[in-house]
Amino acid sequence: MSGGAITGDARTGGATADRLLRVTDLEVRFGGRRVLSEVSFDLSAGETLGVVGESGSGKSTLARAILRLIPATLGSLVWRGRDLRTCDSSELRGLRREIQMIFQDPLGSLNPRLTAGESIAEPLRIFESALNTRQRVARVGEMLERVGLDAGMMDRYPDESSGGQCQRIGIARAMILSPKLLICDEPVSSLDVSVQGQIVNLLLDLQRDAGTALLFISHNLALVRHLSRRILVIYGGRLVEVAARDALYERPIHPYTRALLAAVPPANPWRSGAASSGLIEAEGAVRPVTGCVFRDRCPYAVALCAASVPPLEEFVPGHSVACHRAGELPPWAAQSQP
Amino acid sequence: MSSLLQVENLTVSFSMPNGAIDAVRRVSLGVAAGECLGIVGESGSGKTQLFMAAMGLLASNAATAGSVRFGGEEILAAEPARLNRVRGSRLTMIFQDPMTSLTPHLRIGTQLAEVLVCHARMSWREARIGALRMLTRVRVPEPERRLEQYPYELSGGLRQRVMIGMSLLCGPALVVADEPTTALDVTVQAQIIELLRQMRREIGMALVLISHDLGVVAGLADRILVMYAGRIVEMAGAVDLFERAQHPYTAELLKCIPSLSGPRLQRLPTLAGQPPRPAEIGAGCAFAPRCPRAADRCRAERPELTGSDAARQVACHFPVAP
Repeated sequence: MSGGAITGDARTGGATADRLLRVTDLEVRFGGRRVLSEVSFDLSAGETLGVVGESGSGKSTLARAILRLIPATLGSLVWRGRDLRTCDSSELRGLRREIQMIFQDPLGSLNPRLTAGESIAEPLRIFESALNTRQRVARVGEMLERVGLDAGMMDRYPDESSGGQCQRIGIARAMILSPKLLICDEPVSSLDVSVQGQIVNLLLDLQRDAGTALLFISHNLALVRHLSRRILVIYGGRLVEVAARDALYERPIHPYTRALLAAVPPANPWRSGAASSGLIEAEGAVRPVTGCVFRDRCPYAVALCAASVPPLEEFVPGHSVACHRAGELPPWAAQSQP
Repeated sequence: MSSLLQVENLTVSFSMPNGAIDAVRRVSLGVAAGECLGIVGESGSGKTQLFMAAMGLLASNAATAGSVRFGGEEILAAEPARLNRVRGSRLTMIFQDPMTSLTPHLRIGTQLAEVLVCHARMSWREARIGALRMLTRVRVPEPERRLEQYPYELSGGLRQRVMIGMSLLCGPALVVADEPTTALDVTVQAQIIELLRQMRREIGMALVLISHDLGVVAGLADRILVMYAGRIVEMAGAVDLFERAQHPYTAELLKCIPSLSGPRLQRLPTLAGQPPRPAEIGAGCAFAPRCPRAADRCRAERPELTGSDAARQVACHFPVAP
């Protein structure tokens, strides 16, 4: 099992105490098709773990499997000593208050018939039913202020609010129970560039104040770099590279990670033309099911890549990669990025 | 300058239950033959509606004022039959989502050939050869096989290649690409930008590239227009815009883009507030509520787009010092 191969620093990010979540050999199937395979990693209290991958890579499936919104077919999800996959529904209910999630579509993830105040109060109604109305309103008011919304938002409906405001409401709803883990699934990708930074800074402030761990899922590598201590790169439902932030951005190993970094357009025109992934373009909508999942786009693929799945192995301490050719690749030349 | 596309004082408004909303407010611009003009703006800035108006593709509750001339001919509010002579052949458009802009139940070959049958009066046999040639030209691998396939069988990148090929079939003078890479993954985006660059070199058409992503526009555009709340706030050569932004909005927006290198930031740079809704725009500068340089004059009096050079314009009372 490749889950055993990722050990030590790469798996834990160096921290052993305060482990919140240990994911081991997680697999999810939709119909007969595997959409997540042999995913293993640890998450510590207060940590920000970035998850980077393209659409269809399985990053949202991973988030949903952790919350048990979809069932995992294999592997284990141990949350503070209890297995989320096997615990009963009453236990799961208790665990869910410790793990909250915010979604990509801020408007679509709010109930259109609830005001902002009602949406934010809902978790309190469920988990802190002893509170009376006045206490609850006070808590909601406090939370609104913490996410930078004025009290007048309390009675507004989602369709009367902007995307940025809706995302703040979603964050307030997720944070009102002070969860130990907040899963952020592309929380800013549907927002305007000028609003994205506000939301990211808010998440960082709340994390600092409440000590919440963040699982930050994004396709935006530049954004993830500024946020995360450690990063998982996922492709075709498998982890292809796991490393500390600086190692990943300065010394990426997997050809897919390198292509992702090379493809980010430089934000100044005189260096244009630099952005090129160097990849072979995918032809169909379906990825290979045998061998390395990346081999149809990989410029370095050889016969071995079609024959067997490369396991995720520690290549240098704290830096794991799943590539048969990891040791033979040319050195990474950082692009002349701005 | 005689422009291929000349837009004068274009206003686009939508009648809504609570009154009319202006999405585009007295915009004037020209696109010269062969150039690549980038249009940058956030959602609601009017960048898409501006060109939907030029293409005659506005929703039924829209009204327009002003003028849009293409190749010297007025096309704003032209009869559909008249518009159809240029639209789809001399003047074409590529959209964000290649899945929904291709017809799902028709084979790729049929959809491409149809353009040549309708606009170039080819026979279906000739049109099919033309379609095959175009797929080869836009670097679609195994083009013969693709002609028989349906859109869902292709990857997102290949679908966008097919769309680009379709837009080029009749030798257009101008292609308008509205967020052509936004629905694609970043590795595929780089390949599509490269294809657009190659096609410009080979075919020489003018290209209007509309995007919220300054990085995408930076890689292709000769000139860039920045839009905010339905108006052009800055116009400059691409390098000049990035090196010497004059409008505070452009300058702040450039700071907001997180970078892949350089020091890691504890907090991301931000622009306070959010883009205004059309109903909130008053007499003054629409950006004033968010602007670090705003003064009383900005709230009272809207700055006009001005500049000593026709190609270097800014709409700001207190532009950032060059």
